[in-house]
Amino acid sequence: MNASLSKLVGGKEGLVGLAVLAAIIFVVLPLGVDIFRLNLVGKYLTYAFVAVSLVLLWGNGGILSLGQGIFFGLGGYGMAMFMKLEASDPITTKIQTTPGIPDFMDWNQITSLPWFWEPFKSLPLTILIILTIPALFAYLIGFAMFKRRVGGVYFAIITQAIALILSILIVGQQGFTGGVNGITDLKTVWGWDTRNDSAKYILYYLNGFLLFGAILLSKYVLNSKFGMLLLAMRDKEERVRFSGYDVSNFKIFIFCLAAMISAVGGAMFTLQVGFMSPSFVGIVPSIEMVIFCAVGGRASLIGAVYGTLFVNFGKTFFSESYPELWLFIMGGLFIAVVMFFPDGLAGVWAKYSHKLNFFKKKSRLTTAAVTDSTKIDAGKKTVKEIDVTNIKGAKA
Amino acid sequence: MSTLNRRNFMKVGGALAAALLSAGILTNTALAADTSTAKVMTTGLAVTDTTVKVGILHSATGTMAISETGSIQAEKLAIEQINAMGGILGRKIEVIQEDGASDWPTFAEKAKKLLASDKVAAVMGCWTSASRKAALPVFEKENGLLFYPTFYEGLEQSKNVFYTGQEATQQILAGLDWIAKEKKAKTFYLIGSDYIWPRTSMKIARKHIEQHLHGSVVGEEYIALGDTQFGSVINKIKLKKPDVIYAAVVGGSNVAWFKQLNAAGLNSTKQTMLTISVTEDEVLGIGGENLAGFYSAMKYFQSQTNPENLKFVEAFKKKWGEKSVIGDVTQAAYLGPWLYKAAVERAGSFDVDKVQAALPGYVFKDAPEGAVTVEKNHHLTTKLRIGQWGKDGQAKVVYTSAYIKPDPFPKGYQ
Repeated sequence: MNASLSKLVGGKEGLVGLAVLAAIIFVVLPLGVDIFRLNLVGKYLTYAFVAVSLVLLWGNGGILSLGQGIFFGLGGYGMAMFMKLEASDPITTKIQTTPGIPDFMDWNQITSLPWFWEPFKSLPLTILIILTIPALFAYLIGFAMFKRRVGGVYFAIITQAIALILSILIVGQQGFTGGVNGITDLKTVWGWDTRNDSAKYILYYLNGFLLFGAILLSKYVLNSKFGMLLLAMRDKEERVRFSGYDVSNFKIFIFCLAAMISAVGGAMFTLQVGFMSPSFVGIVPSIEMVIFCAVGGRASLIGAVYGTLFVNFGKTFFSESYPELWLFIMGGLFIAVVMFFPDGLAGVWAKYSHKLNFFKKKSRLTTAAVTDSTKIDAGKKTVKEIDVTNIKGAKA
Repeated sequence: MSTLNRRNFMKVGGALAAALLSAGILTNTALAADTSTAKVMTTGLAVTDTTVKVGILHSATGTMAISETGSIQAEKLAIEQINAMGGILGRKIEVIQEDGASDWPTFAEKAKKLLASDKVAAVMGCWTSASRKAALPVFEKENGLLFYPTFYEGLEQSKNVFYTGQEATQQILAGLDWIAKEKKAKTFYLIGSDYIWPRTSMKIARKHIEQHLHGSVVGEEYIALGDTQFGSVINKIKLKKPDVIYAAVVGGSNVAWFKQLNAAGLNSTKQTMLTISVTEDEVLGIGGENLAGFYSAMKYFQSQTNPENLKFVEAFKKKWGEKSVIGDVTQAAYLGPWLYKAAVERAGSFDVDKVQAALPGYVFKDAPEGAVTVEKNHHLTTKLRIGQWGKDGQAKVVYTSAYIKPDPFPKGYQ
C-alpha cells in the first residue's frame, strides 16, 4: 500500500515537487495576489490541464497533437451552452423576437432552440457530455488514425486540420454557436452567481483540486505498466509492435484520456472567465498550449504547470508594461528557451538542482533504484502480456 | 522652437492657474469645495487632485492592429489637446494603455484589469463587435464606462457604453435610398464577410430594399473572414448583372476583393458599388486605383472641408505624420475623450452613474464630422455621407443626409 502510494507520487522527490506546487497554488498565490490576479492565475491553470494532457500524449507517448484546442474548446463550449441557456430565461430575453433562446440565435433569425442544445438545460447531463463527448471524438479520430498507423508529423498535421475545421464550423454556424463572438455574458450555474469574489475563490480552489486530480491520475498512468509501454512506444514503436502489442489501442486510450483532461480544463475556463469563443479552438491556441508544455519540459507533469504559469505571467506582464513591443519579447523568450533549455524548466531543474543541494543527490539515487526495480517487474509481466495478446490474436 | 515656447507657456500658465486655484482654496472655501476630489469622486476611482486615469484598450498587435492604431492615435491626440486646455475639472488625464492583441478574451482580461486594478474613470476602446461583446459583461459588472468608436450592427444598448460610431440603420438606410434614387437601382447583390456585423447589416439592407425601395436582392454571399478567393462570387455577379453591389467585406479579404473585381473587368465604369466597410484606412491597403469611382457610405470622410475638420486633420498630421490618414472610425474615436470631458463637466463629478446620466442631450458642436448629439440610447445622432473614391485614396463627398437618429433596435427590420 505504502509502496504503491510512493509509486503514485513518484518517490520522495516527486512528493516534494507536488507539495511545493500545492503550496504555491493553494497557499502562496491566494495570499499573495489580489482577487483579480488570482482569477487570472485560475485562467492560466485551466490551460495547465491541456499542458498536462500533452505531457501524457507528447512527452511520454511521443504523439504530438497540435489540436488539443479541439477538446479544450468542446469542454468549454459544453459549459458555455449550459450557462447561456440559464442566462437566457424568457424574462431577461423578453425584448427578443423569440424570448427564451440565446440572444445570438435571435439575431440570426432562429426561432426555436436547436435539438442539440436541449441536453444543456441540465447540469448533470452537461457534465456528462463534457466528460464523454470530447473523449468519444478523440476515440473516433484516434481509431481512424492509429489503426491505419498514421503517426508522427502526419498525425500532427491532421489534428491541426481538425482544429481548423472545427473553428471554421463554429464561426460559420453563428446562429447555433455564436460565431466569432463566441458565447458571452454567462452569469450563473444553478442560480449561483459565478462572477462575484467569493465565487471566484471557490472556483479557483475547485480548479486547483481538479488540476491536482489530473496530475495524480496522469502520474498513476505513467507509473503503471501502461506508462512503461507508452515510453517504449515513444522510443521504439516498432519494437513494441513486434513484441506482440497492439500499439494502436494504447495510443487511442492515451489520446482519449488527454482529450478528457483538456475538456475539463475548458469547462473550468468557461466557469472562471465567463465566456467561450472560437479563438480557443483553432490552430493558434492549440500550438500555444504545446509551447506551454515545451517551456515547462515536455516529459514533466509538474513542469507543464510551471511552464503554463511562466509563459502566461510573461505574456500578461510584458503586454501590460510594453503594449506595443510585448510580442517581440515573448518571441525572443521562446527562441531562447528552445536554444538554451531544450528540456524546458524541468530540464533546467534536473540539471542544476543536485548541484544546489547535496542530499538531493542521494534521493535521486534511490529513485533511480526504485525505477530500475519497477522496470524489472514490468519486464516480467511483459511476457505474460504477450501470451494474452497472442491468445486474443488466435481467437480473432 | 515654437512648440517649445508653447509648451513652456502652457507650463507657466498651468502653474499660474494652480497658484490661483490654491489661492482660491485659501480664500474661498466654497469654490474649493466645488472641485475637491472628495466631492467629485465618491466611488474609489483613480482620481486625485491633479490627475484622472483613463484607459485605452485597443489592439496594438495582431491582425486588427492596422485598423485600431488609428483609433489609438486619435484618442491620444484628443487627450493631449484636453490636457493642454487644462484637463477635466482641473485634472490632467493620465493614460493607461493596454493591448487587446486582436484576441477577444484578452480584451475582457484587460478591461477587468483597467477597471478592477487600475480603477480608471473611463475606457476608450474596443473595435470589433467580438471584442466589445467579450468586454461588455466586465463593464457592466464593474460599472465601468466605455466609449466605443466603431460603426456596428446595433442590437445593443448598455448603460455602461457610449457608442460614438453609427449603428446599422444609420449607415444603411439613407445610403440605399440615395443610390436607388441617384442610380435608379432596382437589383442589388449583397456580399459581406461572414460574421455578425455584415450579416445583421445585410438583413436590414434586404428588408429595406424589398419593402421600401421595391427593388430585389439577386444574390447574397458571405465570405469567411480572411478568405481571398472571390472568383466564383465574381462570376455569379457577372451572370446576374446587378445594378448595385452592396458590400461589407472586411480585413485582408478587402484587398483581394477589389483587386480581383478589377482584374475581372468590373471597375467603376461598368459596375456601381456601394460599400459600408471601406474607409481611408482600408484604402491604404487596397490602393486608390483599385477603388476609384466606387462609393462608401460613412458618417465622416477626411476630405470634409468644414473648419472643425480642417483643424483636426492638421493637428492629427502634425502629431502622427504627414502620411497618416483618418478614417471614419478614427474620427469617431477622437470624439470619445471629448464627450467624456463634456459629460464629467456637466455632471460636476467623475462618478460613473452621474457621468452616464449627464451625457445624453449633449450637443458636441466642434466634432470634426460636424455637430453630433448624444441620445438617451447612448448612440449619436449624426449625418450620413456618401463618398466617391479617387485614385489618391481620398473620397469626394457627393451626398450628405439630414440628421439621422440612432435606432439600435429597429422595428420592422428584425
